[in-house]
Amino acid sequence: MSHFPGLFNYWIVIFLMMAGFYVVISQGNLVKKIIGLSLFQASAFILYISEANVDGGHVPILEEGITLYSNPLPHVLILTAIVVSVSTTAVGLALIVRIKETYGTVEEDELQEIDNAQDEADTPDQKQQIAEEKEI
Amino acid sequence: MDIALLSMLSITAIAAIRLRDLFAVTMLFGIYSFLTAAFFLTLDAIDVAFTEAAVGAGVTTVLMLATLRLTGRYEQTPKHSPLIPILVVCITGAALVYGTLDAPTVGDPEAPSQTHVAPRYIQQSADEIGIPNMVTSVLASYRGYDTLGETFVIFCAGLAVIIILGLQDSGEIHPGRSAIGDQLVLRVVIKMLLPFILLFALYVQLHGDYGAGGGFQAGVIFASGFILYDLVFGEGDARLIIPPNWLRRMAALGVLLYAGVGVTTLIMGKNFLDYSALAESPTAGQHLGIFLVEIGVGITVFSVILTIFFAFSGRARIAVKTGRGGS
Amino acid sequence: MSLSLHLPVLVILLPLMASPLCILIDRARASWLITLIASLLSFYCSVLLLQQVQITGTISYELGGWQPPWGIEYRIDLLSAFMLILVTGLATLVLLFARYSVEQEISKLRIVPFYATLLLAIAGLTGICVSGDVFNVFVFLEISSIASYTLISMGRDRRALNAAFKYLVMGTIGATFILIGIGFLYMHTGTLNMQDLAGRLPALYDNRTIRAGFAFITVGIGLKLALFPLHLWLPNAYTYAPSVVSALLAATATKVAVYMLLRFLLNIFSLDFSLDAMPLDLILIALGSTAIISASLVAIFQVNLKRLLAYSSVAQLGYIALAIGLANHSGLTAAMLHIFNHALMKGALFLSLGAMVYKLGDAELHSSQGLIRHMPLTSVSILVGGLSLIGIPGTAGFISKWYMIQATLELGLWPLALIILAGSVLAVIYIWKIVESIFFQSPPSTVAVHEAPVSMIVPMAILAAANIYFGLNTHLTVDLADSASTLLVMGGGQ
Repeated sequence: MSHFPGLFNYWIVIFLMMAGFYVVISQGNLVKKIIGLSLFQASAFILYISEANVDGGHVPILEEGITLYSNPLPHVLILTAIVVSVSTTAVGLALIVRIKETYGTVEEDELQEIDNAQDEADTPDQKQQIAEEKEI
Repeated sequence: MDIALLSMLSITAIAAIRLRDLFAVTMLFGIYSFLTAAFFLTLDAIDVAFTEAAVGAGVTTVLMLATLRLTGRYEQTPKHSPLIPILVVCITGAALVYGTLDAPTVGDPEAPSQTHVAPRYIQQSADEIGIPNMVTSVLASYRGYDTLGETFVIFCAGLAVIIILGLQDSGEIHPGRSAIGDQLVLRVVIKMLLPFILLFALYVQLHGDYGAGGGFQAGVIFASGFILYDLVFGEGDARLIIPPNWLRRMAALGVLLYAGVGVTTLIMGKNFLDYSALAESPTAGQHLGIFLVEIGVGITVFSVILTIFFAFSGRARIAVKTGRGGS
Repeated sequence: MSLSLHLPVLVILLPLMASPLCILIDRARASWLITLIASLLSFYCSVLLLQQVQITGTISYELGGWQPPWGIEYRIDLLSAFMLILVTGLATLVLLFARYSVEQEISKLRIVPFYATLLLAIAGLTGICVSGDVFNVFVFLEISSIASYTLISMGRDRRALNAAFKYLVMGTIGATFILIGIGFLYMHTGTLNMQDLAGRLPALYDNRTIRAGFAFITVGIGLKLALFPLHLWLPNAYTYAPSVVSALLAATATKVAVYMLLRFLLNIFSLDFSLDAMPLDLILIALGSTAIISASLVAIFQVNLKRLLAYSSVAQLGYIALAIGLANHSGLTAAMLHIFNHALMKGALFLSLGAMVYKLGDAELHSSQGLIRHMPLTSVSILVGGLSLIGIPGTAGFISKWYMIQATLELGLWPLALIILAGSVLAVIYIWKIVESIFFQSPPSTVAVHEAPVSMIVPMAILAAANIYFGLNTHLTVDLADSASTLLVMGGGQ
């Protein structure tokens, strides 16, 4: 089925994967990170399915008179991987919802600032100060 | 065809990087998933295409939209320079391209991956399993243990969402008050459509032996039928039919059914998940085993997807009530 | 039906199937009991398996009755059995400890799903240790990962959510890298079975696809095992997770990732390829050394004890990476010993901190002042764990460091021996900080607490005692590590 010469197919897939990967590591918005992660994974699936393809092959469902089929094994692996991917995405999004509720933001920089501020507030000097203020 | 699809995929990916409107990005992601599914079809991967369309374009997109409703639509412009990420991506990409330099060309029937393990599935699954769809044979029998693991991954995701978001079990239900307003025409249409959606799900569940389909896809379709009902007929209506508390028990029963089939084969004196122990002839046993585990998968997937939907929509209601939530 | 034939799958099935059972029964106390019994039985199976392996050699189990490479194979050699005992044994001890700690730290409604998820994490980790199929490893890795993200997010502090999310993103990138790597290997071998791969790969060592696949799998596992500089997710995850979860993950999860690395590098590929033809040995030594020094330095400045120990974990993983990088028999023996001993130390320490959190509400350094007056047993257990972490003679930590230094000297690499010693000196500093606070400072007047309940003290004491026992009586561990590393050096052919 593939009309592509040689490896060109793979290279486009690599470009797609890297686009997703770039979104994950460069973007500050958590939702966008998860979208990037899904893009990255979906493109990795294309790599496997391209691997499975056989020129002139047929959908791997047995039919009379057909002997050349595409490889069913990568299809099975990717079915599993798709399910794993959606599970991770669901957990990630659920975490984002709670992060928004407790922090009030879903931007990585702001989250980091809030975390750092809280870390500092945990150091003993300040705690003592707070305690003293309370006593007063 | 390939070129058209791949270039459309590339354009979608680039647009997704550049846009700041997350709603648009999510929509692009849905389109991307659909294009991927179409591409899988051209590569003969009909089962994978079906699943990608149902899961990637369907479930994942809906979940992302549900999240955006709570977290806000626009992202801030990043303050960091993109230099380091670009560097990392370039190195990774270069490693990948390097890796493909010795790769067998796409579609080469003599490639090692086509000649070593796979031929047995193609040539002998008809005798050993006795069903035409090789993907189902490999999925449910030859590598049935992976699929058991996969079902537990879904189960785990269900637990995770229950833990993280909670299920507002005692939350108020508003029968008849719909999330999208009272739309008479839509109601009539959905009422007529719903039986067909559920029938189609049943067909997909049982048809996996012969064509594309199986427990996973059927579970997703079945769940989307209920989600549609919930959206159109009122918040919480679907909860009256299936209380959320039952859902997690159903999910547990689904995975236990799958694992239980394996335990039964152990008791019958064969290895774990060796379905040939289940009946007189090995192929009859395989049939029965695959049928049962697919039902287990279907039940778990259905319950978990619905659980996740309820959990997200429950949070949305809390957010509305307390005045929190995204702009 | 002879159960002993099916032990390899029973080890995994017990925790795996107990998880939905908890949900069905839906009682908090019952789910704790089910979880404890399941992991205890699983531990018992692991012990039986180790005995079997020692008598009959490597065990192969065909899942679904399909012969490998067409079906999935479970393959248990000495190393797998060793890891199984480590994971299930520590899980059992942690669960013994868990009851009160979880009742206090986790809200009532979430206790049942908490234990169900914990069981899945344990099942995932054990599944990785026995699988002989690379894709199956990926599936079980994801079971344990998704369960871990969830468990970490259950900490009481909101920072737990952010930490869990970071871990999720890093972990998923790692998993996808592993997936891509497996795809590359499959492209040229057409198989997913480890034995089959090991047989087919040597002819392909010059192939660029195989080399890229190797690199992706290594980086992917590096992310999961928090190999410096891919460790950024770890400190916060361990700091803000519920006490029980920190203890379980610190003691087992990263160790299982190290196990995966060993399998891939030495069984699927071979020592000559991974650590000789590819420059990975140098990379591991360099990253390991950096991790030892930098993470130990950072640990010194921490005021939260859980975070301090988390950084110390990054440093300890550095020791293990360095030992693997030495690429000889004694280095691997040392690495394996340290996997085991570090699990004992961190198990004892994190459980003690769990007891402290249970009684005092947090694990800050200033809260630990004068702890010896209220909680003497907990304090002693922290002391023993700390001494073992430093590597004082008479503790388990000394044994692994001793073997590590010997391995470096065998190769004439004395600067590395110095780095190992420097790491110990830094450990003295951060452990002393804790010891000083616990033993030599007077407690704040407001605090009036008593020792933790017996069910918490017992597992803590067992682990602390184990740290001393395996420091004095080295036959059991050293012999096992020695034979396992012999198997590894020989490669996957046996």
